[in-house]
Amino acid sequence: MTLAHDAPLLVPTGQPDERLPTVGAGPTNLGWWGMVLFIAVEATLFALLLASSFYLRFRSGPVWPPDGIEPPKLGLVFVMSAILWSSSLPVHLAHSAIKRGDQRKLRVYLALGFLLGAVFLTLQCAVEYPDILRHEFTPRTDAYGSAFFTITGLHGAHVAVGLLMSAWVQLRARQGAFDRHRHVSVQNFVMYWHFVDVVWVFVLATVYLSPHL
Amino acid sequence: MATVTTGLATPELLEEHWHETPGLGSFLTTVDHKRIGKRYLYTGLLFLVVGGVESLIMRVQLAHSNLHVVDPETYNQLFTMHGVTMMFLFATPVLSGFGNYLVPLMIGARDMAFPRLNAFGYWVFLGAGLFMYSSFLVHKPPDAGWFAYVPLSDSVYSAGPNNDFYALGLIFIGISTTAGSINFIVTILKMRAPGMSLDRMPIFVWGELAMALTVVFALPALTLANVMLELERQAGFHFFAPPNGGQPLLWQHLFWIFGHPEVYLVVLPALGIASAIIPTMCRRPMIGYTYIVLAEMAIALIGFGVWVHHMFAVGLPTIGLGFISLTSFLVVIPSGVQIFAWLATLWAGKPLLRTPMLFVLGFIILFVIGGLSGPMLAAIPVDQQVTDSYFVVGHFHYVLVGGAMFPIFAGIYYWAPKMTGRLLHEGWGKVSFWLMFVGFNALFFPMHILGLRGQPRRMYTYQPGHGWDFLNLLETIGSFVLAVGILVTFINWVWSAKRGAPAGPDPWRADTLEWATTSPPAEYNFDNIPTVRSREPLWDQPELGPHGQPPEAGGRGLGGGHNTLVTSLLEGEPEIVAPMPHESPWPLLLTIAMAVVFLGLLISNWVVMAVAALATAASVAGWFWPRGETQET
Repeated sequence: MTLAHDAPLLVPTGQPDERLPTVGAGPTNLGWWGMVLFIAVEATLFALLLASSFYLRFRSGPVWPPDGIEPPKLGLVFVMSAILWSSSLPVHLAHSAIKRGDQRKLRVYLALGFLLGAVFLTLQCAVEYPDILRHEFTPRTDAYGSAFFTITGLHGAHVAVGLLMSAWVQLRARQGAFDRHRHVSVQNFVMYWHFVDVVWVFVLATVYLSPHL
Repeated sequence: MATVTTGLATPELLEEHWHETPGLGSFLTTVDHKRIGKRYLYTGLLFLVVGGVESLIMRVQLAHSNLHVVDPETYNQLFTMHGVTMMFLFATPVLSGFGNYLVPLMIGARDMAFPRLNAFGYWVFLGAGLFMYSSFLVHKPPDAGWFAYVPLSDSVYSAGPNNDFYALGLIFIGISTTAGSINFIVTILKMRAPGMSLDRMPIFVWGELAMALTVVFALPALTLANVMLELERQAGFHFFAPPNGGQPLLWQHLFWIFGHPEVYLVVLPALGIASAIIPTMCRRPMIGYTYIVLAEMAIALIGFGVWVHHMFAVGLPTIGLGFISLTSFLVVIPSGVQIFAWLATLWAGKPLLRTPMLFVLGFIILFVIGGLSGPMLAAIPVDQQVTDSYFVVGHFHYVLVGGAMFPIFAGIYYWAPKMTGRLLHEGWGKVSFWLMFVGFNALFFPMHILGLRGQPRRMYTYQPGHGWDFLNLLETIGSFVLAVGILVTFINWVWSAKRGAPAGPDPWRADTLEWATTSPPAEYNFDNIPTVRSREPLWDQPELGPHGQPPEAGGRGLGGGHNTLVTSLLEGEPEIVAPMPHESPWPLLLTIAMAVVFLGLLISNWVVMAVAALATAASVAGWFWPRGETQET
């Protein structure tokens, strides 16, 4: 099923000589608004969670992390950050590609973004977490541990959802569902992915950098 | 095929595209905002009965000193579930129900922006309600109060599943409320009829918009708090309980950062109902439209800056309390603006004292009384004196029952004729109003006095000799009078739906678009989507009738297909003819899968959780899987 329209489909509205498209991009598309508001909800959730962790920190006493826990190691997490943030570039290029109607580049860049996101998640779940759980602390150790795993875990869950969305969009791209005018799924996935990357800026600052201050 | 090329619509063509065959199949799969709206209303009112019965049992228990109608544990469960039910399962869903039914009609659209999400929102609300009430089947309902303060609600002091039902149930219902609110915002901003610029939008729609925006930024606090509570209860995390660095006040902050906006998000659409009825019944446009709209938005905004006034007595630093006291006093100003605008409209018009108007007048009186005890509580010394006493209970019931339930009943009398095509009985309506008004005051006014005399809230019985007995008995009598009043309206509604006087399209000669269509409206709402040229279109545009607006006068039939118009945000310029989704089984299936996930979390069963999570993912995939000719949008 290939829908390679070069011009958007115009339908008459019932007013003389008035024809309107059946699909729009950006703020003329209802789906765009849905995603923007969903991101607003999610951003509020993260803001409150980070604020809660600062609340726990500043009510806990002079030393943070408490209970003899070392401040977080930064080497691996800088590598992870670089990988995650660099994934925004191919995702952005995928969006530009489909805006030009370039199916091949859409698929290539989507796959590249997926790969980078998957590497980040793998490093988090298979390297960082086991190391911390074995040698340093667990969520049950104290409020610091609970906050650490809740914040990074919630972010990781968002990366996972982003990967599922990406997989879906790639599947639909393979079916040729998108063209220059019809690609709101791509657009929404792109917005969500950039959001998850931006949240990581705040997670990195709060969870990893601020205990070193 | 002339219609395809010209875009004209005929009722036959619209019927062909929009008709849902009645029956079990379409009952489970419908995406019609009117059917979903009515479901929200009926289900919410059913929960009003349940929450009401809980309160009647409590009132019987308190009718006299030293009574033992129920034991203390049951009493705790009753006041907890009463609060949870009335806030989350009655007030919010019923107001969403009015919004769901009315917003698309009032703005001249054919459905909500995301019809399947709308259906999903209802099913999740129902599922979450049943989830929380299933706790009664295992005799373990939530029992730590509707705000479930930690450590009372943590696993040390509440070992059973009681508060797991609470926390998981509220996370679940939060999904419904969030989905519904996003839907409202997009619908209101992007689907208004051509010409309906923001400054021509009905005030009721503004109220729903203010409510929805409040939900977007307030509800995550409740969801987050409950996620953290569940992690603490079930997985041994430390957030709230004092050992290992937990902070009990963190729960209180998060709860009230949500909880106070929650109060306003119940009241804001209710204020909108009053603002819809007053101009119609006064036969003149609302005075101070702009000020009312600004006041609603100001209330929504200030609502985010007052949460600490629920915590004046917990020992926070004085400087913070002073700031919150200030913002709490500030709320009086926009509330006053609204009330004076209504009074001015009443003064300048000739109010018809029909039943909806009686309920609105009753609402104004009760809301003012609640508004007078509000600033008292904003004064820190007074608050610290009467905190956790019946004075507070009296105050918030005036604001919430007076401020939301009376407008809801006004709305029932006003809009039920649109839904059923028949007017409610006027005489019984008035009987119902007076029973409710008298019963309400007998029930809630003495609470102020008892609070000042020291009766604490949530105590299941009391000793004789405090001078509390008579007023408590009066309250109990009042509660039953109020209950009978409510019952009269329900009977009236059911009776009138079959035997009431036919309403016709516009029984009140009102000003807004929901009356420019038949009663009840067709599935597609309007034959032609009207072009609006006024804030009171039905009064200023004589061509508008039960069939919308003819094409010669500006109506758009959109070719009679299964689509609606997307317009620009500020001015309402036509932009897109958007195809709308058809009936779908996925919203219900997704809800069932998610309910099983929550069940798995409740019983900590990983197998159940994993299977249900897969079913959830499959349902999402099924939802978005293109069907037939449905193209990617």
